[in-house]
Amino acid sequence: MVAYLLITLVKCLVVLLILLTAVAYIQLAERKIVGRMQSRVGPTRVGPFGLLQPAADAIKFILKEDVTPDGAHKFLYVLAPMLAVVLALLSITVIPVGPIVHLFGITTALQITDINVGLLFILGVTSLGVYGVVLAGWSSNSKYSLLGSLRGGSQMISYELALGLALVGPVMLAGTLSLRGIVEAQAHLHWFIVPQIVAFAVYLTAAFAETNRVPFDLPDAEGELGAGYHTEYSAMKFAMFFLAEYVNMITVSCVATLVFFGGWMGPLFGPALLRALLPVLYFVAKVCCFLFLYIWVRGTLPRFRYDQLMGFGWKVMIPLALANVMVTGLVVALH
Amino acid sequence: MVPLAYYLALSAALFCLGVAGFLFKQDIITVFISIELMLNAVNLAFVAFGHALRQTDGNLFVFFVMVVAAAEAAVGLAIIIAVVRNRGTLDVDSMQQLKD
Amino acid sequence: MQLALFLVFALVAVAGGVNLLLQRHPIYSALSLVTVMGALAVEYLLLGAEFIAFIQIIVYAGAIMVLFVFVIMVLNAGEVAAPPKSRVAAFLGLPLLTALALLLLTQFTGSIGGAGLALGDPRVGPAEVGDALFHRYLLPFEVTSVLFLVGILGAVVLAARPHRPRPAAGQAPEALAENPAAAAARR
Repeated sequence: MVAYLLITLVKCLVVLLILLTAVAYIQLAERKIVGRMQSRVGPTRVGPFGLLQPAADAIKFILKEDVTPDGAHKFLYVLAPMLAVVLALLSITVIPVGPIVHLFGITTALQITDINVGLLFILGVTSLGVYGVVLAGWSSNSKYSLLGSLRGGSQMISYELALGLALVGPVMLAGTLSLRGIVEAQAHLHWFIVPQIVAFAVYLTAAFAETNRVPFDLPDAEGELGAGYHTEYSAMKFAMFFLAEYVNMITVSCVATLVFFGGWMGPLFGPALLRALLPVLYFVAKVCCFLFLYIWVRGTLPRFRYDQLMGFGWKVMIPLALANVMVTGLVVALH
Repeated sequence: MVPLAYYLALSAALFCLGVAGFLFKQDIITVFISIELMLNAVNLAFVAFGHALRQTDGNLFVFFVMVVAAAEAAVGLAIIIAVVRNRGTLDVDSMQQLKD
Repeated sequence: MQLALFLVFALVAVAGGVNLLLQRHPIYSALSLVTVMGALAVEYLLLGAEFIAFIQIIVYAGAIMVLFVFVIMVLNAGEVAAPPKSRVAAFLGLPLLTALALLLLTQFTGSIGGAGLALGDPRVGPAEVGDALFHRYLLPFEVTSVLFLVGILGAVVLAARPHRPRPAAGQAPEALAENPAAAAARR
């Protein structure tokens, strides 16, 4: 019991550490890559090639003055960013990054906890993520924030449906909701991207909308709404929203990798140590591809209009996902 | 090991809180929220009984209660929006046009 | 261990319920209910109802309650300031409520013995629920889809503004106001 708790605690710390570093450097990578795409160089001043930029940003976030607007609902105003960041971190707990390993006489899975309804857990936590956005906008007592949070709320509720329905197809093929189980099912068959290409397209689009990223970044459309739901937030509270957004990006990328791209599957070769490390490397490489896609899309696509966004979600994504569920169901039933 | 009676007592307590909210609250949205609390309390009793009797039916009932609650929330909130738009207040006590 | 978990989350649930009653602003009441739902989801997990526990979070806390919060935001609902007019509830409510509470508690704790429930002994996961849903409960399941259709239509009809010639500009707020109800109905 004590050993189990200890191992879990160590895993939590490791994951948290890796995650925070990853967020810092994804952000740097984003600035660099988008800079290149716009014929700029991005940050270069702090450290070699601007590699210490995240540290400078962190110091700035900590030292900035923390402003609470007049007439804000104090409790909710403080609660909202915490909620956002906690929920974002919570969903990462069920993500497996590799197979079960034997290390120093301990057999453990490379994930914080393996629950047999892992996918439902992620969907549940994602659906709660709306509260962070909605409460932030409402409690700041500002028009821009309120409009941003109303947009964000309805957008996230709408696309969550498409997100969930898109995942039903692969789940039917795998016959389990456990993320580890889904990856292992792909070892016997093939990656689910092949039979579930439609589901993947829907999932990817809905994931962009769920994380409020370009081209669906209407909740924080800086051109029209100031900064949307986090207009009034400053210093660490803003940093928390920022952190939550990037952690959510990592989570949905991980889920896409696990469900559609075989997770840590890949050709194994070489000596024993390399064999043990390769799955994790494959997983990280696949996730990085998705993260690059996020940045690439941000540098490429313009923003949707609000009615286009809702129309697209309800009239295209959801029927498409439903049709995919029906066809997959038929195929599974006939086999 | 938690006795079944504990779950039922919790369910009863939550149900009573829901009833209290329904009776004493003045604003129409909180009254509606109290109804949801009562539904939740009943759901807990369903699941607890289903577990004690080793049957899945308890869970199925909860599923259907949730479905009905979703439909109810949609229609109910639409009604609230319509009422507030026509009347300009959330106070349930002021909605007594039939009496006057 | 299990008893401790039960007690902690039972306490959270009851505290949420009490807070729902005490808060004057509807948004705090709604958030208290979300807390209750989260605590109940843990109780469901203790009872082995995995599927129901997560559906509770996804549907109840993540969709239905978000809708409540939305409507509170859209209507800009605040505290109701008017003094209560109904005397019946104030006088009869408390005694009747106490009677109901006593009745329920004595019935529940009295009639059923202290047989303990093991942690998640019969697990009811998605597979079991799905099996029952599409075999024994197929007809009710299909009927609920009709219910949803009626719900969508009802919500759209009720929440839509009476038709009138619209000004060319300034439609956005209206679209926003109508959205939550329509979104809810489609769930």
